[in-house]
Amino acid sequence: MIRRDESVIIDVVTRAMVPIIQIFAFYVIFHGHYSPGGGFQGGALLAGSVLLQRVVFGRDRSQGGFPSRLGIPFGILGVFIYSGTGLWAQLSGGNFLQYDALPLGFDAAMLRNTGILLVEIGVGFAVMGILISIFDDLVEGGLRR
Amino acid sequence: MIQRLFDVVVGHWPYAFTVVLLVIGLYGMLLKGNLIKKLIGMNIFQGAIILAYVVFAYKKDGTVPVIMFDEHHHAIEQASRYMNPIPHGLMLTAIVVGVATTGVGLALLILIHRTYGTLEEDELMERLRRDD
Amino acid sequence: MRALVKLLLGVMGLLMLYAGSGISDFGDVHSPASEHVSDHYIENAYHDAHTPNVVTVMIADYRSFDTLGETVVVFAAGMACFLLLRGNRRREEEDA
Repeated sequence: MIRRDESVIIDVVTRAMVPIIQIFAFYVIFHGHYSPGGGFQGGALLAGSVLLQRVVFGRDRSQGGFPSRLGIPFGILGVFIYSGTGLWAQLSGGNFLQYDALPLGFDAAMLRNTGILLVEIGVGFAVMGILISIFDDLVEGGLRR
Repeated sequence: MIQRLFDVVVGHWPYAFTVVLLVIGLYGMLLKGNLIKKLIGMNIFQGAIILAYVVFAYKKDGTVPVIMFDEHHHAIEQASRYMNPIPHGLMLTAIVVGVATTGVGLALLILIHRTYGTLEEDELMERLRRDD
Repeated sequence: MRALVKLLLGVMGLLMLYAGSGISDFGDVHSPASEHVSDHYIENAYHDAHTPNVVTVMIADYRSFDTLGETVVVFAAGMACFLLLRGNRRREEEDA
């Protein structure tokens, strides 16, 4: 995981697989309404695509795909989106996390649909950031004597 | 007593499998000397508990809890045709919390190895006793 | 000592199997876990939220506080790993 792998086949196949995994991960997040899936599963798949790059390309060469210092900020962004939706609902006149009161102009059922989508996106970002951050911490902690 | 055990193993065999996994996980946590083996025992134990909840959610001839539609686009909302959704939802959270717990446990193991140089339980207790 | 622990583990396994004779049949529609609230969620999920997936509606709409707590727990675990393994650099630089 520190040095890159030396085989050309693994290199090329990984470069082909990473965008496919990411598109599938976004599909799983956004189709959480209509099929099994949702925020947690899509976030784990997004983290998996970045961790594949870390394992195959080595730590230094894969920083271009996702820098190590962005792990915790993505976690903060995810929690912020989740609680921000709840606060927005409360500032617009309802209770905390009451999606009926969001000022978006749909009817009540579609407002709850939109609220669920925003919340799942927040959860996806949070899970992705934290899983990548834990992996990077373990690699760096094992390096230093 | 033996008759009851036999009835449980034959009639509720998924529950019996859950108990077997739980005992294997506890055996790993209690009786193995290496610290990483204890951590993996904890993971197996967690898997057994998650499986137990999902087993209790099953209904006969029930399908995945995603609402189906018939030919006239009306929703089929009869509750006995879908599996119980509450344990599935609770266990989604439990799986992610399990991953986070394993991550923190591995970080603590790295620090222990860095300070004491070993990950075996008896050598670790020996060095702790020597340092006191 | 280890033999005693192994014996106790075996006894615990047998006791848990014996206790399993009291649960309702495998796949029972009228088991106690599958009534009351669960029926209410399945029957009202599409009408309330226009979303076919009942599990997503449950964790993001009916029980969204629990999901918020769980997201904060994951963030706290990531922060604990960060402080354990990356926070030692400044102390080493101050000692040197």
